[in-house]
Amino acid sequence: MTAKDQAPPHIQLGMTDEEYEHVIEILGREPMAAELAMYSVMWSEHCSYKSSRAHLGAFSADQPWVVVGPGENAGVVDLGDGWLAALRIESHNHPSYVEPYQGAATGVGGILRDVFTMGARPIAVWDPLRFGPLDEPRNRYLLEGVVSGIAGYGNAVGVPTLGGEIEFADRFSQNPLVNVMALGILQRDQLVLSAASEVGSLAILLGNATGRDGIGGASILASASFEEGDEEKRPNVQVGDPFEEKKLIEACLELYDRGLVEAIQDLGAAGISCATSETAGNGGRGMEVDLDRVHLREPDMTAGEILMSESQERMLAIVRPEDEAEVLALAKRWEIEASTIGTVTEGPQLVVHHRDELVADVPAASLADDAPVYHRPFERPGDLDEIWAREPEVPPDVDAAATLRLLLDDPAIGDRSWIWTQYDHMLFLNTVVGPGHDGSLLRIKETDKGLAVSTDGDALRTYLDARRGAARIVFESALNVAVTGARPYALVDNLNFGNPEVPEVMWQFVEAVEGMAWACGELDVPVVGGNVSFYNQTDGVDIYPAPVVGMLGFCEPMPERPPRLDRAEPGMSIYVLGPETVGDFAASAYDRIVNGELRGRPADVDGDAARHVVAAAATLAHTTPVLHDISSGGLAVALAEIAIASRCGLTVDTMPGPELFDETPLRFVAVTHDDELDTNEPHRRIGTMGGDVLDFGDAGRIDLAEATELFRNALPRRLH
Amino acid sequence: MTVAVVVFPGTNCEHDIVHALDLAGAESELVWHTDTDLSGAMGVVLPGGFAHGDYLRTGAIARFSPIMAEVERLAIEGTPTLGICNGFQILCEAGLLPGALVANRDLAFICKPVHLRVESTESILTRSATVGQVLEIPLNSYEGNYVAADLDAIEADGDVILRYCDATGRSDETSNPNGSMNAIAGITNRGRNVAGLMPHPERASESILGSEDGMVLIESFVASLTVPAT
Repeated sequence: MTAKDQAPPHIQLGMTDEEYEHVIEILGREPMAAELAMYSVMWSEHCSYKSSRAHLGAFSADQPWVVVGPGENAGVVDLGDGWLAALRIESHNHPSYVEPYQGAATGVGGILRDVFTMGARPIAVWDPLRFGPLDEPRNRYLLEGVVSGIAGYGNAVGVPTLGGEIEFADRFSQNPLVNVMALGILQRDQLVLSAASEVGSLAILLGNATGRDGIGGASILASASFEEGDEEKRPNVQVGDPFEEKKLIEACLELYDRGLVEAIQDLGAAGISCATSETAGNGGRGMEVDLDRVHLREPDMTAGEILMSESQERMLAIVRPEDEAEVLALAKRWEIEASTIGTVTEGPQLVVHHRDELVADVPAASLADDAPVYHRPFERPGDLDEIWAREPEVPPDVDAAATLRLLLDDPAIGDRSWIWTQYDHMLFLNTVVGPGHDGSLLRIKETDKGLAVSTDGDALRTYLDARRGAARIVFESALNVAVTGARPYALVDNLNFGNPEVPEVMWQFVEAVEGMAWACGELDVPVVGGNVSFYNQTDGVDIYPAPVVGMLGFCEPMPERPPRLDRAEPGMSIYVLGPETVGDFAASAYDRIVNGELRGRPADVDGDAARHVVAAAATLAHTTPVLHDISSGGLAVALAEIAIASRCGLTVDTMPGPELFDETPLRFVAVTHDDELDTNEPHRRIGTMGGDVLDFGDAGRIDLAEATELFRNALPRRLH
Repeated sequence: MTVAVVVFPGTNCEHDIVHALDLAGAESELVWHTDTDLSGAMGVVLPGGFAHGDYLRTGAIARFSPIMAEVERLAIEGTPTLGICNGFQILCEAGLLPGALVANRDLAFICKPVHLRVESTESILTRSATVGQVLEIPLNSYEGNYVAADLDAIEADGDVILRYCDATGRSDETSNPNGSMNAIAGITNRGRNVAGLMPHPERASESILGSEDGMVLIESFVASLTVPAT
């Protein structure tokens, strides 16, 4: 027994004394046990965004093609001709550390529900991942567990996983980051929102039985820092059942098709508490809920447990009474359980009964709307000037071959196909450009529309300069979708940070949000949704600040043959486009891998230049066989990746050695048979494809076979 | 009804095979696993996915779905019957094809294009192909490792229709992605009207998806539909 176990109930549930006083103020009395449970989860950091909300107003969703902005389960944008796309990103960081397989699996399940809650069929998933160095066995265990969890759930639920991105750094050892983004498409008339506005409508709980798994999982687990011995939190991790979710997806999509649903909400964090209060509260109504009607896995659960359970694969549909029989019959046909648990009332109270006793009677909207908003103090880290003053060093006569050997063997640069060949990335026959490229490109069948997605993060650069680092993630993801032929169209963000009660962490957060918001503004990209994951801190060590973005690109028409890394052929010319290098080596692969350092200040980006580069790339993608973003490892790695994928060597003109590894943003490579590039963007021809050697002139040369071997084995050799 | 595409709870490739059948000029209809009547079907496809969640063992529950009695009846009567991936596993469980599929050699899910060599054209799946033809078609399975007790009889009888190989058509341990016995990727029954394969021909049905090599198999199946059942 610890001191915490003897503390008052609200403290045990993670509430502060002030928050508890506020509940008493709202209710005009002491809360009953179930009520306290509801407020504690709904007002947790995970559910209420209480530390971040004050800053998230910096993001704008103000563009004419935005149909649904932040606040609903997923953002929705208009693709024309009646087509909409829904997108959302979430984190499952803490559960994945405690139990990697189920943590990652239920992350996939949860994000899919967010998307099909909007009426959309989920068509693809991406997983940005961050782990500690792979020389520690625990980190290998976490990586393998997370990847098999994503594969196990995603493949079986029948939604393709098109990759993601991965980063390794020491501060993720005790706190891996597992983010997941999903994309769905729908017709405009299928769009469903979460507001229950018709009095007398029924609340029908669909899907899995409610059990004791995951009580306080996302909400409590994800809203506090880790201490030693927290593996005991394993029972708080939910358990996923992809088969149940697959049936639920199909059943819900048919419900929408038949127009049987007035509103719908998935059950994620805070379970029934959240779903009932949000549907009622969003519609300005109340609800009467009878917990005895909930189909349970364990019959003796208390009211608080039923309300807080985070059992997976459940949805709450708001249905007109005359449609109840048809909804229940449809559920039966799809072999999912359904029970009518409540009725929408005039409001504003959410009234809950259990075993004929009143267990809760609270204003429905208060659970979401009256959550505290904290203006946490923030402070610039004191050591930042010292870090900026230490300039990365790259010798003018750097040996390109020796450096490439080190870089291609790095698990964050080398071939990631060990991961994505475990994911079904082809289902639905939409995958035109799949994993292993800068961005994914999906077609929408029976149209000439294409959707591109890139997920990006850069924790080390963001650590050195949160504002610039975060902005550069946005620009990089924009370029990544542009090289598939799409223009940046909408963004979702996943803000993974340490403990917000640490002023330096809060400063990183505020700087990063402002940097991202600025970059999105420069590109006219609306931010249609996001997620904040705080308390990524273990034993007092905060993670590197790791904002992650999911950029959606849109193109119409689709490029006839979109650029791919494997389309370079002997005799083709190699061009480099974008701004001149500025000696950008802070948080570069070179400084990290060759020097073993993390220092300096990353270069800034010119917004106007960014817009032009991105537009030029999106245009060139319709006529150019190969386009490739220059990012980690610089030009040398970008060229090596093209050569390896195309099984074709190359020769480039001699250039100053450091330029080969410079990571100045917004530069990209084009490879084509054409003698001249049809673009206004500054470009220069730097070499020719051919042979079986990567020849960098005076800087050195390396056999393609050796480079390929290093690149292919970088990740697998560390795992087996 | 021309082709009946059977949908179990957990099946997920039904729309993809319908798309490919459509490209090959065949009409098809989705049939739910609790249905019991397939009269009028000129052919049957059991598509890929995770029927009944693959719980217990792949195909172990699906073979008891109500529709399967009807699938067996048609198969025995000679109706062209094709199982892809999970559908192949179900046909094996149902005893309509010999052998079984177990976990991949490396105990990991594999989703990637693989090369297949056509071993026999005496099946509803390969009749339009040529012996020795090499096809590039994606594999997508965890339990794709073919095993059979009566392997010699299967080989002697010419039941093997597709074998894993490399791009040049050579078959060895490195070109065998999942450890299948004799690198078997697809087989047919003695009556030659039932066929199963682990790779997904529908995923190689258009050049924009990376390969059209699967169409010769889909077209074989569609061509078989015009042949009256014997």
